[in-house]
Amino acid sequence: MSRRAKLPAWADIGLIPLINVLLAFLSAGVVVALIGESPLEAVQVLIRGAFGYDEGVGYTLYYTTNFIFTGLAVAVAFHAGLFNIGGEGQAYIGGLGVGLICLALDHLLPWWALLPLAIIAGSLFGAAWAFIPGYLQAYRGSHVVITTIMFNFIASALMVYLLVNVLIQPGSMSPETRAIAPESTLPLMHEFFAFFGIKITQTPLNLSLFVALLACLFVWVLIWKTRWGYAIRMIGFNESAAVYSGINPKRMVVIAMMISGSLAGLVAINEVMGAQERVGLDFVSGAGFTGIAVALMGRNHPLGIIIASLLFGALFQGGAELAFEFSTITRDLVVVIQGLVILFCGALAYMMRGPLERLFALVSRSSQEER
Amino acid sequence: MVTQPIQDPNRDPVSYSIQLAKINKHFGAVKANVDVDLNVVKGEIHAIVGENGAGKSTLMSILYGFYEADSGSIHVDGKVVSITDSKRAIELGIGMVHQHFMLVDNFTVLENIVLGAEGSWSLTHSLAKARKKLQEISDRYGLNVDLDAVVSHLPVGLQQRVEILKALYRDAKILILDEPTGVLTPQEVDQLFAILKTLKSQGVSVLLITHKLQEVIAISDQVSVMRAGTMVATVNTAETSREALAELMVGRKVLLRVDKQEANPGAALLKVDSLTWRDDTNVPRLDDVSFTVNAGEIVGVAGVSGNGQTELLGLLSGMLDVQQGQINIEGVCIDAQHQMTPKQIRHLGVGHVAEDRHRDGMVGAFSAEETAIMGFQDEPEFNGSILQNRSAITEHCQELMSTFDVRPVDPNLKSASFSGGNQQKLCIAREMNATPKVLLVGQPTRGVDIGAIEFIHQQIVALRDQGSAVLVVSVELEEILSLCDRVLVMSEGRIVGNVLASETDARSLGLMMSSSRSGDQMAQQGGQS
Repeated sequence: MSRRAKLPAWADIGLIPLINVLLAFLSAGVVVALIGESPLEAVQVLIRGAFGYDEGVGYTLYYTTNFIFTGLAVAVAFHAGLFNIGGEGQAYIGGLGVGLICLALDHLLPWWALLPLAIIAGSLFGAAWAFIPGYLQAYRGSHVVITTIMFNFIASALMVYLLVNVLIQPGSMSPETRAIAPESTLPLMHEFFAFFGIKITQTPLNLSLFVALLACLFVWVLIWKTRWGYAIRMIGFNESAAVYSGINPKRMVVIAMMISGSLAGLVAINEVMGAQERVGLDFVSGAGFTGIAVALMGRNHPLGIIIASLLFGALFQGGAELAFEFSTITRDLVVVIQGLVILFCGALAYMMRGPLERLFALVSRSSQEER
Repeated sequence: MVTQPIQDPNRDPVSYSIQLAKINKHFGAVKANVDVDLNVVKGEIHAIVGENGAGKSTLMSILYGFYEADSGSIHVDGKVVSITDSKRAIELGIGMVHQHFMLVDNFTVLENIVLGAEGSWSLTHSLAKARKKLQEISDRYGLNVDLDAVVSHLPVGLQQRVEILKALYRDAKILILDEPTGVLTPQEVDQLFAILKTLKSQGVSVLLITHKLQEVIAISDQVSVMRAGTMVATVNTAETSREALAELMVGRKVLLRVDKQEANPGAALLKVDSLTWRDDTNVPRLDDVSFTVNAGEIVGVAGVSGNGQTELLGLLSGMLDVQQGQINIEGVCIDAQHQMTPKQIRHLGVGHVAEDRHRDGMVGAFSAEETAIMGFQDEPEFNGSILQNRSAITEHCQELMSTFDVRPVDPNLKSASFSGGNQQKLCIAREMNATPKVLLVGQPTRGVDIGAIEFIHQQIVALRDQGSAVLVVSVELEEILSLCDRVLVMSEGRIVGNVLASETDARSLGLMMSSSRSGDQMAQQGGQS
């Protein structure tokens, strides 16, 4: 008999993701055991690699920054009922915007004056790249999932062309721009901490982490506190009701996609203006796709996205460490483990819901009988 | 009220086709059925009435195997059975005709009936066999349908017959009909009732789920009343009345007639002039529609659903673009060259209660206060320069809830968690609060409890008395007749009648509704049955 109870909020938001992560690690453990390594040792290496020392933490948070931006991008689109798979391309093109403004003004402006301009440029370029699929979805009925995937490839091809033929540093053999002048790049976190007299190891982690956290606040306010968020959520829940309420769903689809694209574009603040100090080939390296899993796991809420980003950041950093420590565990196997986490937390996110609901019903019934 | 004892000790138990005893069913904390008993005598028409959420559907779903009861027993033909799924229900001879038909539109009648019960690997063979069996069934019960007609070409009344045939083809001895008359004209209802009487005379037990009390009185032998998950009474229909049943359903006295003064129409506020609207396939859904609605007047639009009412409301509220003809709202003209958005029309003083609140009028996942500002979300009173003014929104919702008696008074509760009546009251409160000059109301009381219906009708009349023009679209003829001052009858996108409500009745409205329908076939076949 299918008795079910409604889950309390803490179980719904906290317990289910936790169980999913544990399940993912359990199956990853099986994979590790199958190739003849100790799963327990592997987990230790992974966690120590991600959080065990300050350099590891730095890298973890550096990856986290990217995932927050792309996770937010997916979440905003999702609230409007759109599945933006194009974070990768939007971030890449955002990098073009950030790169161009930094290269144009780096000898004129210090980083703190350049940062707002770079944020605007990255957002605008990302938004523009998302505008086209958004427009096609709203006014031409081309599905945004298909077009955003296509636009990832177009972005990639366009950037390769520009980097190889136009933006390449004269005389250089590698397809990347010249470096941004040091005084105009975003300070790395160790420099920032040194300013307060605290010494930490140098990592690519930079001040864009704070930009990411501000972006979370921005998205939270936008979605739940403004009438634009009201309209975005309304078209996501019920487009017909939006028409009834005098909202133009087509316009809102385009706007939501542009906001989504602009958030993805901010990845370039971390990568181009912060970590790499230049526009390089394929600098996004999958963060756009990871953002989908992050948003799924974070339930499209900024707070959830921060936590999920941290998890994925740790997986990336700890995974790299894992590949380094064990000769048998290759980079590909680390991808498998990441894939398992995505599988359990994203695709199978609701698998444990039914059993858990039955369990809660059982517990609440027996406690009633005791009384 | 005399409540007949449910169990008659002198009666042989086998003469009951269905006996449900002490059925309980919970959904989380909600008790949908509490110790429900139901005894259906073989070969009788047994009506089950109750308000929305009284537990009728849950009970029938248990009987048809969609849900399993938490406890209780089911006897079919005197034997204890356990009905685990609908397949088992069909084996036991239970057939169900759903409110929304379960037919494949582009299949023929024969194909639809055989679907799922082919009984052979060769379709040609099973179709031939089925044709023979169906011939016998239609002779026996007087159910004539052209077996080779494509379902989508049949009028609704005949589609319903196909559903009944489908059940009989599977040897149903117990037929459950869920709100069978919702989509029928009064004439089609008569034909359906004639069929049900034939079924009854052939020993088929009919369970009729409905909220239309006059139909219960007209057709049933016994009637069971449910309220809040319990069975409150089972009575012989001959010994009861509509008023008594309504009182049992609600638990208090109910006014079935709308209490209102004579209308005092003033100037024309809404004028519609030769409005024509075609859908994507170029079929005219509205065909040369013209009418006016005056201040201080409630005009009803009667008609079987799907005859252009939805399109009419869509055009008047700005959800659809005007293609041909024009709409005049207090002197402001809207036509193909001068379109207006729903927002602009609202600013002209037009309120619009959507006919399907789940589709248009509310967002189930929104909190009540968010639903309460739909259409008004851009008004300055609800917005600061950047942020929404949440306290103003909450206050506004609280005010609507208290003036329209929406319960529970919790602006933060999810809209979907309110009962249908309370959702509708919130939607109507939202539109009426702005005191619109023109109010468009689609299905004012769809899925609303009797108690709330009374209140909603009073509010609409009150708005009329303040000098607003009200256009009510409803498929409930009774509601149209009692609430409205003037009635427009729509059929196939045209206005086929314009009469004063005091000078007409359901019968003549029904005749007008079906006057130009492609249901001529229906009329002919109805004569035979």
